[in-house]
Amino acid sequence: MAQLLKDTQIIDDQWIRVPADAEVFPAGDILVHYNDWQTHQDELNQHQGAVGVWFDGNEEIEAFAESLVSLPLIAINFPKFVDGRGFSAARLLRERYGFKGELRAVGQIIRDQLFLLQRCGFNAFQFEDNIDLDQAVKSLTDFSDSYQVAVDQPQPLFKRR
Amino acid sequence: MYRYDQYDQQIVDERVAQYRDQTQRFLAGDISEEEFLPLRLQNGLYVQRLAPMLRIAVPYGLLSSNQLRKLAHISRKYDKGYVHFTTRQNIQLNWPQLEEVPDILAELASVEMHAIQTSGNCIRNTTTDQYAGVAIDEIEDPRPWCEIIRQWSTLHPEFAFLPRKFKIAVCGSEQDRAAFLLHDIGIQLVTNDQGETGFQVFVGGGLGRTPVIASLIRDFLPKQHLLTYLDAILRIYNRYGNRDNKYKARIKILVKAWTPEVFAERVEAEWAHLKGGPATLTEQEIDRVKGFFTLPDYQAVDNDSASTELQRLASDNKAFSRWLDRNTKPQKQAGYRSVSLSLKPAGVAPGDVTDRQLEVIADLADQFSFGELRSTHNQNIVLTDVLVTELYELWTAAKAAGLATPNIGTINDMICCPGGDYCSLANAKSIPVAEAIQRKFDDLDYVYDLGDLELNISGCMNACGHHHIGHIGILGVDKKGEEWYQIQIGGSASKNAALAKVLGPSLSRDAVTDSIEKLLDVYVENRQEEETFLATYQRIGIDKFKERVYGATA
Repeated sequence: MAQLLKDTQIIDDQWIRVPADAEVFPAGDILVHYNDWQTHQDELNQHQGAVGVWFDGNEEIEAFAESLVSLPLIAINFPKFVDGRGFSAARLLRERYGFKGELRAVGQIIRDQLFLLQRCGFNAFQFEDNIDLDQAVKSLTDFSDSYQVAVDQPQPLFKRR
Repeated sequence: MYRYDQYDQQIVDERVAQYRDQTQRFLAGDISEEEFLPLRLQNGLYVQRLAPMLRIAVPYGLLSSNQLRKLAHISRKYDKGYVHFTTRQNIQLNWPQLEEVPDILAELASVEMHAIQTSGNCIRNTTTDQYAGVAIDEIEDPRPWCEIIRQWSTLHPEFAFLPRKFKIAVCGSEQDRAAFLLHDIGIQLVTNDQGETGFQVFVGGGLGRTPVIASLIRDFLPKQHLLTYLDAILRIYNRYGNRDNKYKARIKILVKAWTPEVFAERVEAEWAHLKGGPATLTEQEIDRVKGFFTLPDYQAVDNDSASTELQRLASDNKAFSRWLDRNTKPQKQAGYRSVSLSLKPAGVAPGDVTDRQLEVIADLADQFSFGELRSTHNQNIVLTDVLVTELYELWTAAKAAGLATPNIGTINDMICCPGGDYCSLANAKSIPVAEAIQRKFDDLDYVYDLGDLELNISGCMNACGHHHIGHIGILGVDKKGEEWYQIQIGGSASKNAALAKVLGPSLSRDAVTDSIEKLLDVYVENRQEEETFLATYQRIGIDKFKERVYGATA
């Protein structure tokens, strides 16, 4: 079973990520693409097991974010690690739409982005490559404080110094 | 100047530790080249033609003498004993070892400096006027606002992986000395009818392949909203900027595609969610930062007798008189002047300074300008707050160190990128072109007669040498593997910013200086009264210049 970082712990992934344009869904807790989730609503409502949704960071999430806030898991996919759109999408989901569930970064993320990703509201991180998660977890705490307002610290440093 | 507290110091120290770990993992093969690239770039490290190049941030161009001494030490210990000042007021080391960069960063952190975000697709160093705080035409000192932006942009969690690099400049005066309309965001300090401070916000300016002058998207942004509004602009750009083609990825392309009006609406809509939020600036924070940029302890000076004495010294000494005229400027405090130390003597790459010169400049700053100095976007050094009664002594010391070439604002004070001698992007060398021009125009009386003239040289279309906004611009191009040069004229970086026009087909390097001379001849023959080269060009147009260089049939 694949492992991932969640809330600074290394855990086994209980979720099965279903590639986009799926016609059939496996049993168990599944993570389906937003388009499939929309197309197969009725079927997924009957699904035995939990359903989460994933999409790429470039999606115009304003169009559907509200419909996702009660889900247990949303995953934002980074097609390339240098594609920073997922950082904005995450903050919008947390700060504007109040999503409280698990927000997972998936795709081509790298360890050295962990600190910034968690600041933007991600609390789970699934790497494509088989990296040493015991080592990677250290990058979550690269910095002990930051100047800006973000999901992990809603007050700017200038109000706390 | 701004001084770090424990928070600022901790962030910079932790950044050093983070980068040290990243470097070790890269050298151990645990990070791929592709993954290491943005990590090293965001710490200012390029891999260049001959060696890595490390760009060190000089926030809005302000340095202390102590910092300069540390830079001298670093250049000696880790490099070849010289540094290069860039057009964005930063400093580059041309020969550091990749393995030693973490040590260099640790040395920098010990004097409250860093290389954070001096490269890469993130928010870069915020630049401003080298005469901030002393400029006669100043509306308000821009430096506190630059520092507030520096802190906001440093390791911003959402904007570390933008479509492309992002540059912000702040202008606090009537005249623009920061080329702020040629930045991704240009901020103009203004006061409204009620006397309140605010900002005019321009977006989408830039040089490079597609030079564009920025468009106004907000006429008055009250000061407390600065950071939430910047967050809104950056979020729009981060989400909608082009990521498929790096040549179409700057914000200027998005602003053009949407139109400035639509772009402004999108920003306003995003800002509506952020406005008044926790990132809204407080009076307390604005005052805290402003408290670092107080005026030095000026002495009361008998201005009349000081001026008389200065006149006497100048009439006795032509060299001093020339320097006084070209390299010093009045400032708003009577009895004091701002002095430019020229980093453009002939035979030295424009903007290059040796370790020894850095130490001399540090000593001069301690002796004459309250221990502070500024780097300029024209790649020189400015010492402000120099007592007029001490100018002669300063000149004598600067001259001995090769820092008093009286060429500020002249054709020989060119902006020039490192070019093909160093840079792996360059199509052509630029430093030898600069040198050939300085050697050709070595008659000071002729050079002064030409008056204010901005000549800018870039070794490729990325335009680090700002060739689009030179009164005369020279662009290195590659023609079937050979280095050729395109000449442009009529650019301007002032508030009436203009982009230069291409004169004609590109020329071989040998032909460049002669062609510049022909352009100058046309100017001298056609100018009226006190007209500058630019003003003459604007009046008579490009044709006469073109004919002289290429012949009537061209």
